Amino acid sequence: MSIELRFTRSYPGFALEAELVLPGRGVSALFGPSGSGKTTLLRCIAGLEKAGGGRLVVNGEVWQDGDFFLPVHRRALGYVFQEASLFPHLTVAGNLDYGKKRSAGDVPDLRAILDMLGIAHLLQRKPDRLSGGERQRVAIARALLTAPKLLLMDEPLAALDSQRKREILPYLERLHDSLAIPILYVSHAADEVARLADHLVLLEQGRVLASGPLAETLARIDLPTAADEDAAIVIEATVAGHDEAYHLTRLDFPGGIIWVTRRDLEIGRKARLRVLARDVSIALSEDAGSSILNRLSACVRAVVDTDNPAQVMVQLDVGDTAMLARITRRSRDQLGLVPNMRVWAQIKSVSLFL
Amino acid sequence: MFLNDGDIQAMFLTVKLATVVTVILLFIGTPIAWWLARTRSPWKRPISAVVTLPMVLPPTVLGFYLLVLMGPQGPLGRLTEALGLGLLPFTFTGLVVASIFYSLPFAVQPLQQAFDAIGERPLEVAATLRASPLDTFFSVVLPLARPGFTTAAVMSFAHTVGEFGVVLMIGGNIPGKTRVLSVQIYDHVEALEFAQGHWLAGGLLLFSFCVLLLLYRNNPLGAAERRT
Repeated sequence: MSIELRFTRSYPGFALEAELVLPGRGVSALFGPSGSGKTTLLRCIAGLEKAGGGRLVVNGEVWQDGDFFLPVHRRALGYVFQEASLFPHLTVAGNLDYGKKRSAGDVPDLRAILDMLGIAHLLQRKPDRLSGGERQRVAIARALLTAPKLLLMDEPLAALDSQRKREILPYLERLHDSLAIPILYVSHAADEVARLADHLVLLEQGRVLASGPLAETLARIDLPTAADEDAAIVIEATVAGHDEAYHLTRLDFPGGIIWVTRRDLEIGRKARLRVLARDVSIALSEDAGSSILNRLSACVRAVVDTDNPAQVMVQLDVGDTAMLARITRRSRDQLGLVPNMRVWAQIKSVSLFL
Repeated sequence: MFLNDGDIQAMFLTVKLATVVTVILLFIGTPIAWWLARTRSPWKRPISAVVTLPMVLPPTVLGFYLLVLMGPQGPLGRLTEALGLGLLPFTFTGLVVASIFYSLPFAVQPLQQAFDAIGERPLEVAATLRASPLDTFFSVVLPLARPGFTTAAVMSFAHTVGEFGVVLMIGGNIPGKTRVLSVQIYDHVEALEFAQGHWLAGGLLLFSFCVLLLLYRNNPLGAAERRT
């Protein structure tokens, strides 16, 4: 099960050249700065841009190949646009029905989708009586009700303020957990990607810089993501226990243990941790005199320069897990960091995504 | 009675003419306006100019050319004669044909603006929801462009009612066949029947005012845009 694509398309001042094989389920994030061609690539996949001579195969179904081009309305896809795109002349129910009644597939359970997105109470409203977050949730439900075999989302949160984003993110996470179909998610927000994606495609100026599993790709130091101020890695961890006395929760991952503030989580459930490179410092010994809670034994794999002349990026192996630490050049020289050296990684803070 | 039989006859003829012309114009104007709103063809500007021409052309000039076209030596005249329809000038059908040309921009422009205002996005959304282009036109474009259709219909009707120069050139002044209200008023004034002229002119003035009032009141598109 996979999505294979190859598109070339040129516009005045911009050319897209992409060849990718993406996993046939889970969330693949198309990530890059504005102007990197993420939206254009998504539109090519939908067929909204006609990239002549391209090729697109979605889980075995050919949607485009050479001269063959399946028109948009014959592709079993769902598309969520960046801004609210509900039909203003129809109610929420009318909007949901629009795609549903035109779809040939096995229409999914309406009730389940309404509940998942929390929109059951909005059915009789017109779109102009909805908040931005509600509109996007209705747009997502409308796309899902067409029984798509591929869900395309073009920065569905970009037009929302941070409060609305927080409101809608849990729904997207539920989507990720409950959908069997692949989702392609365009974003330029690193935290959204860290939260939602399983697979990461990095785009720059219309070209694919990297494509691979999220954790692995974020930990690469040869990519521009590592040079970013907000460079971060993600760790897939398991809730292993709670320390009631100190009000902490223990998370295990291949390579060690991380403690976070007590969260009411079931033992054994999966959780995703995001660690910013600037929140990781390096010590030569396990400094018991430090207040930092999470200290992990690590091995230096590589040290590279960053855009900032004062700082370097250190790639560490913590057991089987790769981590990034952003430290000053002076610290690197004082500690004498070189590859294969044993060190201690001190983690100042982590974000926990469920 | 302030109105004589001729006045009433002219009034009915005018309403009949305006109704027929409006209905035909909505059918002809819709594809033209759709094409003008969507196309990137280099022909867009010249075609647009041709469609708008009757707005700036003196009606007598338009009427003159139509008369020539529809006359026995004109290509349209030869066609209608070959088809056994006879010649169009000085007939009601001739008036209809001429009025279609004369009022075309008043149907096309509001429609084109309405189609332009819809933009690409709703069409793309409809396509991703499995609607074919024709389905999209009826299920999305028509409802969203409804205020444009209202404006086009009202403007075409009102403009056809007010037609004078073209009617004189094409239709002449045949009672019950081609003598419309504006011509009737002209006749009254020529005959120095100012009282009769007043009634008809005042009626048309009131009609035009009401039409514009209706147009400004019934424009839910503008209202919706202000709200969001």
